[in-house]
Amino acid sequence: MEKSIFDTVPLEQFVILSLILFCIGMIGVLRRRNMIVVFMSIELMLNAVNLLAVAFSAHRGDPSGQVFVFFVMVVAAAEVALGLGILMMIYRNVKSVDINALKQLKW
Amino acid sequence: MENLIWPIVVLPLLGFIVLGLGSKILPKTVGGVLASLFVLIPFLLLLSDAASVFEKGLIENTLFTWISTSTLNIEFAHYIDPLSLIMMLIITGIGSLIHIYSIGYMHDDPRSNIFFSYLNLFIFFMLLLIISNNYLLLFAGWEGVGLCSYLLIGFWFKVDEYNEAAKKAFVMNRIGDLGFLMGLFLMYYQFGSLNYDVVLDPANLSQVSTEVITAITLLFIVGAAGKSAQIPLYTWLPDAMAGPTPVSALIHAATMVTAGIYLTIRSHALFDLAPISMQVLTVVGLVTSIFAATIGLKQNDIKKVLAYSTVSQLGLMFFALGLGAYVAAFFHLLTHAFFKALLFLGAGSVIHGLGGEQDIRKMGAMRKVMPITFLVFLVGTLAISGIPPFSGFFSKDQILLAAYEKSPLLFALGIMASLLTVFYMFRMFFLVFYGKSRVDHDALHHAHESPLTMTLPLGALALLSVFGGLLNWPSLMGGGTWLQHNMAGVLGIEEGHEHHHSISASTEWMLMGIVVALVLAVIAFAYSIYIGKNTVPVEDEAEQGFGRMLNRKYFVDELYHALFVKPIQMLSEFFGRIVDPKILDGIINGVGQSITGAGALLKYIQQGAVGLYLFVFALGIILLLALQILF
Repeated sequence: MEKSIFDTVPLEQFVILSLILFCIGMIGVLRRRNMIVVFMSIELMLNAVNLLAVAFSAHRGDPSGQVFVFFVMVVAAAEVALGLGILMMIYRNVKSVDINALKQLKW
Repeated sequence: MENLIWPIVVLPLLGFIVLGLGSKILPKTVGGVLASLFVLIPFLLLLSDAASVFEKGLIENTLFTWISTSTLNIEFAHYIDPLSLIMMLIITGIGSLIHIYSIGYMHDDPRSNIFFSYLNLFIFFMLLLIISNNYLLLFAGWEGVGLCSYLLIGFWFKVDEYNEAAKKAFVMNRIGDLGFLMGLFLMYYQFGSLNYDVVLDPANLSQVSTEVITAITLLFIVGAAGKSAQIPLYTWLPDAMAGPTPVSALIHAATMVTAGIYLTIRSHALFDLAPISMQVLTVVGLVTSIFAATIGLKQNDIKKVLAYSTVSQLGLMFFALGLGAYVAAFFHLLTHAFFKALLFLGAGSVIHGLGGEQDIRKMGAMRKVMPITFLVFLVGTLAISGIPPFSGFFSKDQILLAAYEKSPLLFALGIMASLLTVFYMFRMFFLVFYGKSRVDHDALHHAHESPLTMTLPLGALALLSVFGGLLNWPSLMGGGTWLQHNMAGVLGIEEGHEHHHSISASTEWMLMGIVVALVLAVIAFAYSIYIGKNTVPVEDEAEQGFGRMLNRKYFVDELYHALFVKPIQMLSEFFGRIVDPKILDGIINGVGQSITGAGALLKYIQQGAVGLYLFVFALGIILLLALQILF
């Protein structure tokens, strides 16, 4: 029988790892006020989910999850480009990357 | 006959279309002649083949299916028996006379082509009403004649008062029509059909309870009371005199107002099974007859007198129907059509000669100016008064005889109604044609006898009024009672089993004698007042006591105004002033405003605090997860 990664690292650890990553990301999103850091935290959360998807996919022996993760990464790259573009525009306008810099943008 | 029926009905419709569309193009002289031909030709066609109907008794034929559903099938079919044939002869016969008369009467009116097109349309709908073999098609004609009545009453629409009269006629008729329509619904619910041969079939009737038949017939009476101007819906007819006089003669005396009587005779199989409805008919007819006649005593408009006389005579017909004397009622319908059309046209001739004057206080001594009109009016007055051997005598006598059979009291009340008629008719007759001339100087200067197109129909109608009694010459006087024989089939009486009244010949002679003697006495009384003493009715304002009450028509219009018009106006006012702008508009605007308001409040949440959004977002997801885990 082929050697599987799950012989050395059990599935639970993958789950716990991605949970920790996700929580770090979420705390970063909620706590930090620098938009770039928030942005990075969102990426972290996204990758935590990706990791989970790959782990489950390998465990179940079903490759479609891993294929799906490739797509998520491609889309995430596009999203990063777009998000950073918006960040640049905001910075040019308000000379700040504070997340609450756009509070003036109301009714 | 089968092949002729549809052309007969369609010709007047064709006349309506041709005259209506070509009213601007056709010269006025051509329009009137054309319209008259479109009615005269059907009359001649009918006359040429009338014998075949009396031979066969009933001719039924379908043209096409009008309405076809799984449960309701209405055919566009005709049902010609002696009843409908005689009605059609009256409609087209008197109709064509009145058309010819109108050529003269409407000579000066710029819209006479439109007038003739309406008249033709009326004839079409009236024929449709009569020939139908089911109640729905009858109802279509019934509504159609109502429409034409409205159009013609309000023909001179520039006068506001005339428009009011037209509206009143329409609304009053609608009240009656609602009753009729509900009767039809009930009938359809019970029988599953509206065809005469199904509904009036004794085998089907025996399966329906008396209560239901009573309800249907009572609703029919409401409809008939609307169309035939009976209490409580009669008030439109006197106002309908706003229309041109030929209209009053054709629609509001000879034909349309008799539709209610036709309906009752046609549905006699139903009425025979509903004694309560018969009693209602008797009472309504008798009360209307006396009530309207008393109002007629104090009216000073020549057409109003005739209008109340019409209401009164129609009441007499309903009275006869209630007594079960269908033939007598129908006979009176025929003779009434002759002499009342004659009287109206005669009155029209006087009005025409005097340049539109209608007040009998401003007439007098007209017999010298208009000898022909005088003569035919005399014939009409004698006929309606019931002087033998004029037609009115025989028809009235048969009604009174039927009343005497039921009870002497009804007989006495019937006599009272007809004596009142005699008095007001002779009052008007003397005031118009005798005494000193009270005509305005200018009008008298222009006063003239009417042209030949008007006097000719008058002559024809006068002849009919004189000899109309021959239609049902009583057997007592050696007559053949032609009408009774031919109506036997319609009324489902078998040959040889005709109703023989229980009154002996000597009593019958005596009753006739009493009636005639009383009529003559009343004429003498009227003569003594209006010729002997030369009395002229006082101004309306000067009337005192009961006379004032009669002159103002028992204040019925005022009563209706207070009872129905005012509350409805107030209700409309309430809806117009409060419900619509406050409540309905409030709801509609309220919805919009509350949404705007909610938006105005919610916009404070959106303030660009991305950190807060994210926090709420995360919190929401946690909550959703928690909910899923917990429940």
